[in-house]
This record gives sequence, C-alpha cells and structure tokens, in this order.
Amino acid sequence: MRRLLFIIQKEFIQILRNKAILPLITVLPVVQLIVLSYAANNEVKNVNMAIVDQDHSTYARQLIRKIQASDRFTLIEAPQAMQVADRLMQSGDADVVLVIPPDFEKHFLKQKNAEVQMLVNAINGQQATVGASYLSQIIQQFNREIQADAVPRMVVQKASGSSQIQIENANWFNPELDYKHFMVPGILGELVTILVMLLTAINVVREREIGTIEQINVTPIKKWQFILGKMIPFLLIGLLLMTIGLVAGKLIFDISIEGSLLTVFAYCALNLSAVLGLGLFISNLADTQQQAIFIAFFFVIVFVLMSGLFTPIESMPPWAQWLTVPNPIAHFVDVMRSVLLKGSTLSDVAHHFWITGVLVVIFNALAVMSYRKVV
Amino acid sequence: MWSTFLAFVRKETYHILRDRRTLAILFGLPVALILIFGYTVTNEFKNASIAVMNNAQDALSDELVRHLIASGHFNLVALPHHYGELEQAFQAGEIKLAVVIPREFEQQFYRNEKVQIQLIADASEPNYATTLTAYATQMIQQFQQAHVGQATAPYRIGIQTRMVYNPQLSSAYNFIPGLFAFVLLLISALMTSLTLAKEKETGTMDLLLVSPLPPLIIIIGKVTPYVVLSFINALIILAMGYFIFKVPVLGSLSLLLLLCLLYSVTALALGILISTRVDTQQTAMMTSLFSLMMPTMLLSGFLFPIESMPLLLQYISAIVPATYFIEILKSIMLKGTGWYFILQPTLVLVVMTAVLLLAAWKNFKVVTK
Repeated sequence: MRRLLFIIQKEFIQILRNKAILPLITVLPVVQLIVLSYAANNEVKNVNMAIVDQDHSTYARQLIRKIQASDRFTLIEAPQAMQVADRLMQSGDADVVLVIPPDFEKHFLKQKNAEVQMLVNAINGQQATVGASYLSQIIQQFNREIQADAVPRMVVQKASGSSQIQIENANWFNPELDYKHFMVPGILGELVTILVMLLTAINVVREREIGTIEQINVTPIKKWQFILGKMIPFLLIGLLLMTIGLVAGKLIFDISIEGSLLTVFAYCALNLSAVLGLGLFISNLADTQQQAIFIAFFFVIVFVLMSGLFTPIESMPPWAQWLTVPNPIAHFVDVMRSVLLKGSTLSDVAHHFWITGVLVVIFNALAVMSYRKVV
Repeated sequence: MWSTFLAFVRKETYHILRDRRTLAILFGLPVALILIFGYTVTNEFKNASIAVMNNAQDALSDELVRHLIASGHFNLVALPHHYGELEQAFQAGEIKLAVVIPREFEQQFYRNEKVQIQLIADASEPNYATTLTAYATQMIQQFQQAHVGQATAPYRIGIQTRMVYNPQLSSAYNFIPGLFAFVLLLISALMTSLTLAKEKETGTMDLLLVSPLPPLIIIIGKVTPYVVLSFINALIILAMGYFIFKVPVLGSLSLLLLLCLLYSVTALALGILISTRVDTQQTAMMTSLFSLMMPTMLLSGFLFPIESMPLLLQYISAIVPATYFIEILKSIMLKGTGWYFILQPTLVLVVMTAVLLLAAWKNFKVVTK
C-alpha cells in the first residue's frame, strides 16, 4: 500500500512540475466547454430569405409581415424577378426563397388552389428540413388567422367539413428547446474523457522515451501497483475537471441538474477507469510519443463522432449501433444527459453502469498485460 | 540545382514512407472518416422509438396507431396507461415521442367535434424533437384527410417545397466538402509542422542549414512530398464521395483542383509558421490541434452552421481559411457555379496565403540567424 502511495506522489510531482500542462488541464477545458457549447449548435436561426411577391395583394403583404416578425427569418431582399432570387440563392446570400405567385389572394378567396412555393438551399439537409418546417408552421398559422378573419365563422365550420383533429405539442425536459442545455452535459463528458485519454496515452511512452521507466523497472513494484499508481492521479484530475465543468455549466449556461449528482460522479469515476485503461494500453503499445498521440487521436475522433453527441445514435444503422457498445464516450454522453436533463435515477441508467464495468475489466486487463516489465 | 532539389525531395519521401504506422493513419483516417460520416453520422430519423397512450381503445384509434407505424419511421415500443408510466419511459430513454389519444376518440371524431391529440416529445434533444413532432403531425393530418374524404380542405394555402441543390437531402453533400478541408489541413499543416519541429528537436535542422542548399530550397523540398500526399488524399475523398455517396462535381474539375492547390499552400504556410515558433514535436502537435484542427472542425461551417453562432465566434470563423475553402467547394461541386460566384472567397484565401507565407518566411529567417 505504501508503495502505491509513493508512485501516486511521484506522478503528482511530475504532473505539477510541468508548468505548460497545468493551464492545459484546468483553463483550456473550460474555454473549450464554452466555445463548443456555443459553436456546437444545430439550432436554426437567422435564416436569410428572399421573398418574390408576384401578387401584391393584402394577404401577400400580411404574410410577408408575419414572416418578418419572426426572429428566425431575416428578409434580405424582395426582388421582382425570379432570376434575381435564383442568383441570391446561388451566391449563398439567401437560404430560402419564398414565391407568392400571381392571383394568390384571388385563388384563396375562391377556394381554389392557393399555393406558395418554397425553395430551400438543401446542401445541409438537416438544417434545410428544420428551416422549411419552421416556415411552413408560420404559413399554416397565417392560414388559420386569415381563415378566421376573412371568412365568417359559420362558413369555416361548415366548410372545413366534419371533424377537426387538433394537435397539441408538448416539449418535455427542455420546453424552450434550448440547444445549449442539451449540448453542455454531453460536451462535458466528452471533454473529460478526451483529456484523460490523451494524457495517459503519452504517459508511459514518455517514460520509456526519456528512460525513466528503467529506473522503475528495477524497483520491486508489482505490475498492478504500477498501473494503479499511474491511474489514480489522472482519475482525480478527471473528477476535478468534472466539478469545474459542472460549476461553469451551471453559472454560465444555467444547465438544469434534475437528477442526483452522486450518480453523475459515480459514473464519471467508473467511466474514467475504463478510459484510463485504454489510454495506458495505447501508451504501452506505441514506440514514440508521436505515434501514441496519432493512435489516441484516431480513437478519440471515432469515439466522439459515433457517441451520439452530435447526431442521435438511433439514426445509425444497426451495425454502427453495436459499435457504440464498447465506446465509453457514448455511454458517458447518455448518462450525463439522462441524469442532468431528465432526472433519470440510478436504475434508469443501470445498464450503462454494467457495460462500463465490463469495459473497465477488459481495458485494464489489456493495460496490465501489455506492460512489459523488462529490466 | 534541380537535381539537388530532387535528391532532397527523395530523402524526405523516404522519411515519410519509413514510418508505417503514421502512414497507415494518414491514409486510414480520411477513409474511416468518410465511412463514419457517410453511414453513421446522420440526423435523418428512422425507427424512432415512440409510445402510444391510447385512452380510447376503439377501432378508429387503433387504425390511427397502425397508420403511424406503417410509415416505417416509428417504432412502437411502449403502451403506457398513465402519465407516470410515460415519464418513466422518457427517463429510461426508451422513447423519444409519445402520442396521447383522448377518450371517446371515435365518437367525437364522427360527431364532428374537436378532438385533441397530444404529442409529447423528449425535447432534451431539440432538433430531433422538432423533426419528430413535425413528421407525426403530418401523418395525423394525412389520416384525417383520408377519413374526412376530402383531398384538400377549403381555404387552405398549399405549400410546395423544393429542396434545391440536394433534393435527396443527402448528408454527404455537406460533409464531403468539410472533410476535404479538414484532411488537407491535417496533412499539409499538422504533418509539416511536426516534421520541421522534429528536425529542430533532433538537431538535424542545423546540419541542413550549413549545407550548400539555400534555406528556401530546404523548406520547399521538405514540404513538396506532403503536397503530393495531401493531393492523393484529396483525390481519394473526391472519388469516394463520387462513387459511394454520389456527390457530384457540377462545376469545373480543373478549377476545383487548382483551388485545392491554393488551399494546400495556405495550410503549408500555417504549418511552417507554427514550426518556426515551437521547439518540440509535442508543442507543435498541441498548437496545431487547438489553433488549427479544432477551429476547422467546429467553426468553419463543416459541422455546425456559422449563422447560428454568436457574433464573436462568427468573427473567429471569418479568419479560419477553411471557411472560405468550404464555401468555394460547395459552390463548384454542388451549385456548379463558375469564377464569378467564388471570386470573393478566393481573393480572401489568396490574401491570407500571401500574409501567412510572408510571416513564415520572416520568422524562418529570424530562426536561421
């Protein structure tokens, strides 16, 4: 036990001695948390649009005013000719072009096909879909208003025929649809994981490069003591980062903390144990620091992209969903979101605990086995 | 002169080819990224898990449920009986959307009364919630129209939507240009900054500088193999995008490749600039990661739309070269535009490159003295 404490002490001295690494593990993650949370935003706002009004009727003008009133859409130009609108689209100045054809109002009042056209720049398909559905909602709402306004109530009821299914929407757990509330917990889990993984990945290989590993190898230290002594300091750093991140998230973004923080920290410790094992495994395998970082970088990118952090896991094909099982970041992101946003309890996220537990055993077994204690 | 230069390039090529693991990652990473982005990173929803709380349990409501499931987009996983169970299912992450059908659904529907269906979405993920709700709404309206027996209700404004440049809403149209910029930067900037830092770290840079070769030739000789390497990678991405994900090149291919070359030079200048300011590979790596890779991934419009960012980040994105390169790529590849529309971003890129090259050259001269 005392031996273990000595290694931990040595590790801490080494970490704290490097003045360059301290800001790297305290300030930088918080800066990243802030930048990422603001940047990693798939919200659709500030849609630049052009409206081609070929009707010039009261209704057309009302519709345009209604769209302008919405804070999501900015009307940049109202050209007369379709060619101008096409050009605006091509140069990227307008994301959406709405065309109100001639006789729009007349057709509407005569109950013929009153139709507007919407051209959406769909290079980013997801943004296009969400933007288009926002605009459709505005137009439909306008539709209801003028229905009630222009046409006597009786007629509407008779005309709209028999039944009317009304659809009421409720957005649970995040009523304002704030994207940052959704992203901050996930990003926090991701950042802590990446930092711990990169730090451990270069740790052992560095000792090998500068030769200090030989000195450790001639001491009576056991393999498991060595690995554990390497792990505990980084585990503590990870937990410290998590605390800083949660405080920053609460103060800056006012994220909701619905569930128990104990569950969050318990899972964080378990998850980091798995990540540490993987990091040390990479470190044992690599020949040089450069190689270690490249390999770790590769894993980090794959883990992050397939973690469900930026895109939902349910949308992936089945084989890719299976690949998320050994991905620690995927579990971390889901636990953070469930517990913090939805108030999920320990039993709700128990399966993540079980799977991560298995990962801890596998990764650390690999780490211990690959560490060759050769004098 | 020419033969010395070629000999130098050959020496550098041997260096690159010798480190097999790094080489494997250099070629493996772009391919892996394309496959990951192409097959797994998607926002389209399929098989979204939903719950139906059917308080009516009559023939019509069963039909509505069948109608929803038949779309193939929803996967019915739970049939809760009260809101408590519903909340539980949301918390356990089993469902993303719940449909609540009121009591006496059928009677009310046929008595021409107003019936209210409630859609509850797990909005912890806002975009997914919006998309699911919009889709379910559309399905229910379809169902209603089919039962009312009228094709279109009167006094209705129809909306005809056309998705321009990407009618199939393929996500590849968005990520292939982004990956292009990212991979060119990875090789041209990160690798060159590392290789130059390595020469400094191991002291071989001094050996090169006292050789009869002029410093300019040394630098050009060192970076030339990387330009070739990044060009090969660019072609791989272009081919994979074209053959696997059907991303077209509507505009001129030679114009595209010419501008790739320009961007490679920009990236090289960045790499050289970084290498003149650092002493070790580790610092070079960290600097490249945080000042080049991260902004290119996050702030260039590759993963997230620039328009949605706060103003400060938009300013930062305006000095990231990839922002302009991605704009150029999208114009040429997907919109098929010619010179006229890409003139402005190209000019910005040219000015940036000139400034960076000048800065790198000045720094390099200071270092060599």
